[in-house]
Amino acid sequence: MENLFNLFVRNVFTENMVFAYFLGMCSFLAVSKTVKTSVGLGIAVIFVITVTVPVNWLMENYLLKAGALKWLGPSFENVDLSFLSFLLFIAVIAAIVQLIEMVVEKAAPALYNALGIFLPLIAVNCAVLGAALFMQEREYGTIAEATVYGFGAGFGWALAIVVLAAIREKLKYSNIPAPLRGLGLAFILTGLLAIAFMGFSGIKI
Amino acid sequence: MKNLKLLINPLNNENPITVQVLGICSALAVTVQMKPAIVMALSVTVVTAFSNLIISLGRNTIPPRIRIIIQLVVVAFLVIVVDQILKAYVYDVSKKLSVFVGLIITNCILMGRLEAFAMSNKPWESFLDGIGNGAGYGLILIALSTMRELLGSGSLMGYQVIPESIYNLGYKDNGMMILPPMALITVGVIIWIQRSYNRKLIEK
Repeated sequence: MENLFNLFVRNVFTENMVFAYFLGMCSFLAVSKTVKTSVGLGIAVIFVITVTVPVNWLMENYLLKAGALKWLGPSFENVDLSFLSFLLFIAVIAAIVQLIEMVVEKAAPALYNALGIFLPLIAVNCAVLGAALFMQEREYGTIAEATVYGFGAGFGWALAIVVLAAIREKLKYSNIPAPLRGLGLAFILTGLLAIAFMGFSGIKI
Repeated sequence: MKNLKLLINPLNNENPITVQVLGICSALAVTVQMKPAIVMALSVTVVTAFSNLIISLGRNTIPPRIRIIIQLVVVAFLVIVVDQILKAYVYDVSKKLSVFVGLIITNCILMGRLEAFAMSNKPWESFLDGIGNGAGYGLILIALSTMRELLGSGSLMGYQVIPESIYNLGYKDNGMMILPPMALITVGVIIWIQRSYNRKLIEK
């Protein structure tokens, strides 16, 4: 139990998706203009990663890994399908995003109006596929660990985009050199935030 | 003439990284040294060009509702081919790139160009657009990795270029340049320089 909490904290702060691995940067920089929209996108990303990582964990452990097909019978013991993992992971993510979009549209129209435009964007957010690939690389042992990892990674991403959006909102009233306005300054700000987040890497949990 | 524009435009006026804000994740993560950066740039160019070509050939038959899944599958197929080739011929670089080869699939340059260009243009133009955008991406990658490797470890392509005598005078490599955050700040500076020369790109 304690182990899972550590995993969560580590993935929110020390191994933050944005500041340590630069994943999901495109939408991170493009959507972080106002706090309101970035909160919406952040929640959508948390939701999608928390669902897709455990599903992809099942795929990895019961379909793809060397020897994962053992449950089909002894003759499948030597089958290794791991070269297909990119294809399967991205197909699972695209399908789940589509599914979530349809379910949310039917079940919670208010939420759909808030998240609607972001959901299709998320299928190609590299943080989502990145989380699946890190899950594969780090070989999490149980589905609980994979789920907590997914939630932590998504939460860290959401935290990062909201922080940047809040700073950019304040910056609207500052006098910035013209060529640096907008994108240029957003990059430099993210760099400074990342340096601040590196401070967490000294903490050992 | 129009075709030439497709190749030249993404290098400056419509650069995928500094203007269109596409494909940033990988640009930052693989640019500590020049060699992985160049391999990455070539891989992305190949995948962008051929996925543009394939999607453009099928643009009239792909049903719009499921186009994203189809695009992703085409891209994933090309990326698997590239990944296997890298593993076979340049294994050490492939190890350094780790998950970022797989992440070419969700490199926004690909989806962005497929949606914005290949779905509505002829195959040959789309192919050129893919090459152009790959080159624009590569240009920034090479500029970024040159600065980071030169200042961060005093070498280029793995060869020492800053002579020992300068180190003996008290010069030290800037360890900050190797760390991830400096990649972001360096891109910020590149954008600043580009926009000071190309003033029509300045945001309101």
